[in-house]
Amino acid sequence: MSNTPSTLFDKVWDAHVVRKIEDGPDVFFIDRHFIHEVTSPVAFLGLQNRGINVMFSERTFATADHNTPTINQHLPVEDPLSANQLKALEQNSAKYGISHWGLGNPKNGIVHVVGPENGITLPGMTIVCGDSHTSTHGAFGAIAFGIGTSEVEMVLSSQCIMQPKPKKMRINVNGALNKGVTPKDVILYIISKLTTAGATGYFVEYAGDVFENMSMEGRMTVCNMSIEMGARGGMIAPDETTYAYIKGREKAPQGEAWDKALAYWKTLKTDEGASFDVEYNYNAADIEPMITYGTNPGMGIGITKNIPLSTEVEGGKSTYEKSLNYMGFHEGEQMLGKKVDYVFIGSCTNGRIEDFRAFASIIKGRKKADNVTAWIVPGSHIVERQIREEGILDVLTEAGFQLRQPGCSACLAMNDDKIPAGKYAVSTSNRNFEGRQGPGARTLLASPLVAAAAAVTGVVTDPREFI
Amino acid sequence: MAYDKFTVLKSTAVPMPIENVDTDQIIPARFLKATKREGFGDNLFRDWRYNVDNTPKQDFVLNNPIYSGEILVGGKNFGSGSSREHAAWAIYDYGFRCVVSSFFADIFKNNSLNIGILPVQVSPEFLDKIFTAIEADPKTELEVNLPEQTITIVATGEKESFDINGYKKHNLMNGFDDIDYLQSMKAEIETFAAGRLY
Repeated sequence: MSNTPSTLFDKVWDAHVVRKIEDGPDVFFIDRHFIHEVTSPVAFLGLQNRGINVMFSERTFATADHNTPTINQHLPVEDPLSANQLKALEQNSAKYGISHWGLGNPKNGIVHVVGPENGITLPGMTIVCGDSHTSTHGAFGAIAFGIGTSEVEMVLSSQCIMQPKPKKMRINVNGALNKGVTPKDVILYIISKLTTAGATGYFVEYAGDVFENMSMEGRMTVCNMSIEMGARGGMIAPDETTYAYIKGREKAPQGEAWDKALAYWKTLKTDEGASFDVEYNYNAADIEPMITYGTNPGMGIGITKNIPLSTEVEGGKSTYEKSLNYMGFHEGEQMLGKKVDYVFIGSCTNGRIEDFRAFASIIKGRKKADNVTAWIVPGSHIVERQIREEGILDVLTEAGFQLRQPGCSACLAMNDDKIPAGKYAVSTSNRNFEGRQGPGARTLLASPLVAAAAAVTGVVTDPREFI
Repeated sequence: MAYDKFTVLKSTAVPMPIENVDTDQIIPARFLKATKREGFGDNLFRDWRYNVDNTPKQDFVLNNPIYSGEILVGGKNFGSGSSREHAAWAIYDYGFRCVVSSFFADIFKNNSLNIGILPVQVSPEFLDKIFTAIEADPKTELEVNLPEQTITIVATGEKESFDINGYKKHNLMNGFDDIDYLQSMKAEIETFAAGRLY
């Protein structure tokens, strides 16, 4: 061991380099690989065409989530193309001996929800998936990031990918969060400061009081959206909160293996004096409940603020105007009071139990606004069960909401859960790109509290009025 | 995947001076249902390219017959968002072999290199020069020279160098991919894996 102070990121990265290529990438070992139905079929086809096999089938886990219906999951999937993708995942998993949690399996759910809740995700691991929100798993002090399908094929066939080491960024947020400010607001605030490309080329470590005091669910929400500022991933050093979350989960280490793992996890923190390529500091007190007004996740503001003027924003005026035109908004307008047609709560960003608790805390004793269609989609069957067991379902039902079945749903609208053209959706998901939630759909990204306030009033509303 | 070797590409270019072009625009999620790699070019930039009734949007650059070529020139932060390699497949399938921008999102850049598309990152000033040149004359040719790592506006001779790591350059020039390389070191990986805590 060298005595040079080292970062959490360096410790985990360096422990996974199989070979360094001169003037090239590192050959990087992957501990855990998640696959889903959309980005894996062509990778399996590649294996077949080359006549090569899966190297370590026990290190890959399959779940169906992106392209699954969120009602009537017991019935055959109607869309033949979607059904075909689901069948391909099932057949490929069976053929190569890969664990598969398909539609209807009690463990099924969104890949970035089921990995952690079943104890597959552990500190110090490298984790990849053909999905950019794989950064979620960084909440456990893992290096986790999204990859393309060619890389899925690499991991299947060699458990490695070829990856240049990113630069290092640390983002410190210190102080106490204000009332009504959730982890989602923290990350939307950071992205609004750094912009959608501000962390491209970097791997982020989140540090400071705010993250130390955050639940694992909250940390996952933060790390999840690291990609939305261009970062490959984000991570938070594991601590007692992390260990407590993991302990006892199905695939978590037990007995002696637990003790050994725990001893290792305790080394996973950035040493004092370790250096980063860039560092940012923010005050928790400056953050208010956030909402986006434009067509990338960097276009967010405090909910009481007005849409910035084109003269105030960086980047091209024409791009900014194109974005506001798409949204049907004008510069300088306020967001509060804008009509909302749809509310979506769910996704790998905000589809965990804590998110539904937050949503329920506001709608309890109130009624859904008549002009709002709400899609309430748990991140997994385990979350769905918790919603029932904790009485949240009763609160939802009394307020006029219905619970759907787990899946990615309206976050990317691959299935039938599409927001119609021109309609406004307050969404707890992660992307407000043009057409992301359906062709012509207009997305306002926000926290579960902001979504709940909109769901009961039918307009963009400051959730602090209800707390 | 097997792809054609890339050495020198001289071609007209299609200009798209829009910033933050995300992969949901390049290929919307509803077109990701195929289980094969081919055919995504038909839906490249689907919602910018076609109206809801599938008629072409006349003001979109891919529908303007004045512009053509194997090089796509995009604004800053091209390819942000989703990791879908389908975005790179769609660009390749449509007929582009090179994308030029002043800044690329990481995953898109990796995906492109892995399937034989060369992402060329130029300075913001040079990007402006390219857009201006194409605006003045849509038949403006660009020459992308991978061995020399240069991009040139042929008519004026204005030239800039670009970066690419030596390993990826070698792969592109020879049509190799990473899987060939990784397959050759499986014994080393096996040993490494045996030493992992989990």
